[in-house]
Amino acid sequence: MNGSPFTLQADNSVSAIMLKVMAALVPAIIAHAWFFGPGIWVSLLVCSVLAIGLETLMLLMRARPLGPFLKDGSVLVTAWLLALSLPTLAPWWLYAVGMIFAVVVAKHLYGGLGQNLFNPAMVGYAALIISFPVYMTQWPAPQNLALHDITLAESFDLVFAGQGAISVDAYTAATALDTWKTQTRLGKPVEDILALPAFGWGGGQGHEFVALMYLLGGLLLLGNRLITWHIPAAFLGSVVCTAWGLHLLNPAQHAGPLFHLFSGGVMLGAFFIATDPVTAASTPRGKLIYAGLAGMLTVLIRGFGGYPDGVAFSILLMNVAAPFIDTYTQPRVFGHKAGERAGGHKETP
Amino acid sequence: MSRRLFHFHGGIHPEGHKAASSATPIRSMDLLPRYVVPLRQHIGTPARPVVAVGDRVLKGQVIGAAEGYVSTAVHAPTSGRVTAIEPRAVPHPSGLFDLAIAIETDGEDKAIDMQPLDWRNQDPSALRNRIREMGLAGLGGAVFPSYIKLNPGTPRGGASPIHTLILNGAECEPWITCDDRLMRERAMEILEGARIMGHMLGARSIIVGVEDNKPEALAALASALSQVAAGDIEVVAVPTLYPGGGGKQLAYTLTGKEVPAGGLSTDVGIQIFNVGTAYSLYRAVTLGEPLISRVVTATGHVAQPGNFEVRIGTPISDLIAAAGGALAGASGEIVGGPMMGFDLMDLAAPVTKAVNCLIVKSPALFPPKPEALPCIRCGACARVCPVELQPFEMYWFSRAKEFGKAQSYNLFDCIECGCCSYVCPSHIPLVDYYRFAKSEIWEREREKQAAEQARARHEFKTFRLEREKREKAEKFAKAAEASKAKAAVPADGEDPEAARKKAILEAALARAAKAKEEMAAAGIAPKNTDNLPARVEREISEIEARRAAMSEAQTATDPATDPPRAAP
Repeated sequence: MNGSPFTLQADNSVSAIMLKVMAALVPAIIAHAWFFGPGIWVSLLVCSVLAIGLETLMLLMRARPLGPFLKDGSVLVTAWLLALSLPTLAPWWLYAVGMIFAVVVAKHLYGGLGQNLFNPAMVGYAALIISFPVYMTQWPAPQNLALHDITLAESFDLVFAGQGAISVDAYTAATALDTWKTQTRLGKPVEDILALPAFGWGGGQGHEFVALMYLLGGLLLLGNRLITWHIPAAFLGSVVCTAWGLHLLNPAQHAGPLFHLFSGGVMLGAFFIATDPVTAASTPRGKLIYAGLAGMLTVLIRGFGGYPDGVAFSILLMNVAAPFIDTYTQPRVFGHKAGERAGGHKETP
Repeated sequence: MSRRLFHFHGGIHPEGHKAASSATPIRSMDLLPRYVVPLRQHIGTPARPVVAVGDRVLKGQVIGAAEGYVSTAVHAPTSGRVTAIEPRAVPHPSGLFDLAIAIETDGEDKAIDMQPLDWRNQDPSALRNRIREMGLAGLGGAVFPSYIKLNPGTPRGGASPIHTLILNGAECEPWITCDDRLMRERAMEILEGARIMGHMLGARSIIVGVEDNKPEALAALASALSQVAAGDIEVVAVPTLYPGGGGKQLAYTLTGKEVPAGGLSTDVGIQIFNVGTAYSLYRAVTLGEPLISRVVTATGHVAQPGNFEVRIGTPISDLIAAAGGALAGASGEIVGGPMMGFDLMDLAAPVTKAVNCLIVKSPALFPPKPEALPCIRCGACARVCPVELQPFEMYWFSRAKEFGKAQSYNLFDCIECGCCSYVCPSHIPLVDYYRFAKSEIWEREREKQAAEQARARHEFKTFRLEREKREKAEKFAKAAEASKAKAAVPADGEDPEAARKKAILEAALARAAKAKEEMAAAGIAPKNTDNLPARVEREISEIEARRAAMSEAQTATDPATDPPRAAP
């Protein structure tokens, strides 16, 4: 069959969507490079090359046409999201392992584009933080705090040839989330902790500005109608509420909402990862529930879990629940009574 | 007067392309040498031909009479001779032929004696009969017989159950401008038609809904309205948003009332007609002119796009010729609009009451659709769906042939407007999947019903056989009882009749035995196969052996002669 409609919206395609998502990431990438040095260019490049290679390999193995599927650009978005979630200047194989988990396991073993249950970038991130926790905590320090400013050439050396002459301590520092976790467990007063150089006006030094750029990129996505307001609003709203509640209960252990919003992966998660349509809930009410619970889990994992950040785990956990949430949040269909739920068992008319 | 408008969910803004055909007035067409009038031009039972091949007919003469309740008449578009009543190409997505009456024009265009009528003094039911005879059906594309829709049903609380009549002049599909031109040029007749409809329905208010991209039409209607000073009619501009001209969508926009799922607008007291139907109804009722022509937009890749007053039965090839002919590089034709129309299979197919637009395609105007990619559940389809369905869920289930699930996601509420396919970034032909799923479900429903019927038949047969067996047994038992009872009466004394019969039988047996003995004694063979000569005996056994060998060979080669399997 090839029936109506005979006309389709112009300039509308999966590749166009993916390109716009990548464009919305650019402000954050530039901020990243500004605050943490040129390492991000190297990790973006490494992840992108791996992405294309792995995607091609998997498409060949699955006997799928290369042209349309490479052109859709989804694998590059995965690569960029993973690169932005990982510490820069890590050894190349760390990126490779992450990308293999993202592209091969999370995407293609589940059936490729549109079929994956879990967000590929977050699967890659989770696999790495479980397997290589030490590497995953070695984030480059903001350039004003680092003992040594890394050049682009040095970045390539660090990624491909190892540390060599430069000591890890010369360019890395514990992130604000890490510092908060270790220091509060030592029982240090909150004022002293917040006075440490890792902290800025909101979250971690440098990181907070990158987070601000994710927010800007997210607003671009909203403006271009690539995402709806539901997921970011519910995610951020839930982070604020949960963090605020915990902070009121126990300010010595739990940071305030502002810190949670502008540290770690909250902004990236709210606008770019939780909104991944393939793995998120899709009904309006479902999105609110899905993202609301993901935001709450993020703060709970940060506050009580073993890992400094909880964005990846909370989103992966909610990915599992998304189809279930969708089933129970179907919107009322035009001409149907309120409370009549779609998707239930129904006999033929 | 300003009316509060309601916004239905979703909708899209496709490129209008309306200026191509809306600038020039409606043109008439030259008389053609032949017309082909299909008998099925409306929803329901096709009309029954009431002329024979060779008959002379006049313009406006009934050539097909309404058959049954959901039906309406068809008429000769001009005077001439019936040359054939046979299956012909018709404008239908299937491309199948359908019964049609071919008329060869005599050039005189002589009409029947048309009977004008003042509707104000008429009983609605008499008007309904007249409308049925005049062949009126909804000209917006659904072609439901109009006379049925003009029956308001049983009054509620002394008033008609239809409180509002809506005239649909939204014309939301791109490219189509026939209603636009009609409203600009014949607003008065449309309003008059609306008043006849309002009179028949007992409607308390009449609203003409027109999308705000047709300011000239709105102005023409407003000026006509001021001339007749009809307080019961209201002309309302509705926002241009596809599919705002869908019946349920327009009713909601204008009144805020939702037509219940699976129901009709009359369930909420609203009846909806296309403006073109109102115009034709006016002509039919007041002037006595049957529905033998309509306005059709011919546009797209043609030399002189525009609107034409086209006689029903005009071959589409002639309509294209009237629009200056298709330009070089034309790549097919669409009947209807680009959102909900269909590809024309045969240019010989005629314009019917349902045809409002013909678009000649070109690769520039209608580029080939890109290859479909997998669904990424982006939800763009759900955001534009005017029915608030989750089209991608219905797609996943239709694709997996889980039709029950697709149906539980309200597949049958889909109006096939095409918004979802239009916005899909993966270019999935979503509506095609829904049409497929719907037809599969209907097919299965039919099969299920057939199977149920067969089962009921079989069960009844089993029951009948059982009953017959039982009855027979009972009869036998009764008979045995009776004979026993009879036999029991002369138990001691011998029945004289039986004794006599027995004696006769014994005598006969004795005679036969004696005769056999006598024959044997005389050497006469009792049968012609006994005591054959040795030569004949040998021949017979040879033949027998051959036969046995042949039947064995046949059994070996022909599986059909396998012994029947034991019944399960």
